[in-house]
Amino acid sequence: MDLTKEEENALNGKYGSGLEKAYKILEAIGKANNATKFIPIKWAHISGVNFNTIGEAGVKFLKDLDKNTNVSVTTTLNPMGYDSRLDNDLSANFKEKQRDIINSYTQLGVNPTFTCIPYEIFDLPKEGNVSFAESNAAVFSNSILGIKTNKESAISALASALTGKVPYSDLLIDEMRKPRIKIKLETKVEYETDYGLLGYFAGKTINENSVGIEKIHDLNLMNGKALSAGLGTSGMCGMFSIKNNNHAELISFGKEEMKKTREELDTAEKGELIVFGSPQLGHTELANLSKITKGKTFKKKCMIFCPRIVSESVRNRDIILKLQKAGAEIICDACTCLTPLITRDNYDSIVTNSIKCAYYMKKSNKIDVALKDMRTIVTEYCE
Amino acid sequence: MIEIKCRKIVGGKAKGQVLITTQPLNMLSMIDNVSGVITDEKHELFKKTVKNKILIFPNSVGSSVGAYAFYSLKVNGGNPLAIICTHKCDTITASGCAISDIPLVDNLNFKTELMIENGTEIFLDADNEKIVINKV
Repeated sequence: MDLTKEEENALNGKYGSGLEKAYKILEAIGKANNATKFIPIKWAHISGVNFNTIGEAGVKFLKDLDKNTNVSVTTTLNPMGYDSRLDNDLSANFKEKQRDIINSYTQLGVNPTFTCIPYEIFDLPKEGNVSFAESNAAVFSNSILGIKTNKESAISALASALTGKVPYSDLLIDEMRKPRIKIKLETKVEYETDYGLLGYFAGKTINENSVGIEKIHDLNLMNGKALSAGLGTSGMCGMFSIKNNNHAELISFGKEEMKKTREELDTAEKGELIVFGSPQLGHTELANLSKITKGKTFKKKCMIFCPRIVSESVRNRDIILKLQKAGAEIICDACTCLTPLITRDNYDSIVTNSIKCAYYMKKSNKIDVALKDMRTIVTEYCE
Repeated sequence: MIEIKCRKIVGGKAKGQVLITTQPLNMLSMIDNVSGVITDEKHELFKKTVKNKILIFPNSVGSSVGAYAFYSLKVNGGNPLAIICTHKCDTITASGCAISDIPLVDNLNFKTELMIENGTEIFLDADNEKIVINKV
């Protein structure tokens, strides 16, 4: 890679061990991705906050970082493991480690935003390059907002937050954003779970930077989130495109593919717990859920994961009150991915509309999942 | 003896037995990040461990947090001696190995499955961008 004098100095430790480590990480990624140089970014979004995901080793890594180093661009943070303002029976050790992680990030100047949907909350740059680690946020930004990011790792996004730079490669290069493979839709994709399954299938099947999807002309926010999260969960693909992909090779997604994908994730008839989240719900989904549950109550315990700023906003006060009245528990600052709040000891099965939630509940928390769209969950689980 | 060329991503040297798969790994959900045992029953490496092996796999997939799993394996001694990516080295693997000092290469000028199987002894020299198989 061609480094500037300053970048070379940083890599050689002239500006401290924090930047040295950060550039060493970025150099390895740059090499892997055939980058020839670093370019500046406008924003970083870091994952690796929940103690359940990064563990003792992650706590140590963050603690060992040179605290004289600071982020050099606006940097936001993914959800952590739990909502510290609600009662829970989590161990003192979990909470202590969780606090350590948060302290490490805030000492670096990271905003403790605890959200995986920065695109619904912040005034993100309208264009240009960012470094987003959270996979649903990376895919959503590339595909729907038109901001450019590679599908970063927790550590690469942290390194880019510190340096303000990212290796110039892959989805940051216009030519490489054009899909070479396109999904030929041969079945009806109607509900958010269908969009999630489509994304999951595409990510699992296609080992490319981006994928084209035909016959989708209009994506609402809920379906766009579901498609982004599904795609981000299963593979390395960081972008979908619903236009300008006429010359791509075709792969079919028909009834059979939909059925097989569903069978992989939909492993229970019914759920003992209703779970909404992953990605966290924003204003639109909460408003929709509140509308369709109007006058009803949940028959089973229901957990809704959303950002605190959404839950506490004056604009959403009535919506949140209505959902709470229907019996839902609103959990802020956390999300469903490897959550310690839902364990095999407490539940054998859950019902959710999220493909990402279903995937991690089954694989990591070892809990079976009934996969249903939001409307069906309300029909079957409310009275 | 055969010598294969490769591309260095993270430097270092390692000698040991190979653990090989054609299936990608989600480092957050498919592996015990302390012992190195693959926990996903649908993965072809289920119940096998990456510990003290040279892992040959296409690439990591899924969660961005997977990068920390490499570091956790290293801190707990469950780490592979080195890693070879047969597809294209991805950002999760590259950044995870960079902070864990696990030698990492990709771009082999060779179809690994023709001559390497589980247990094959190899010498990987990432610094000099070469892999040596002794049995041939």
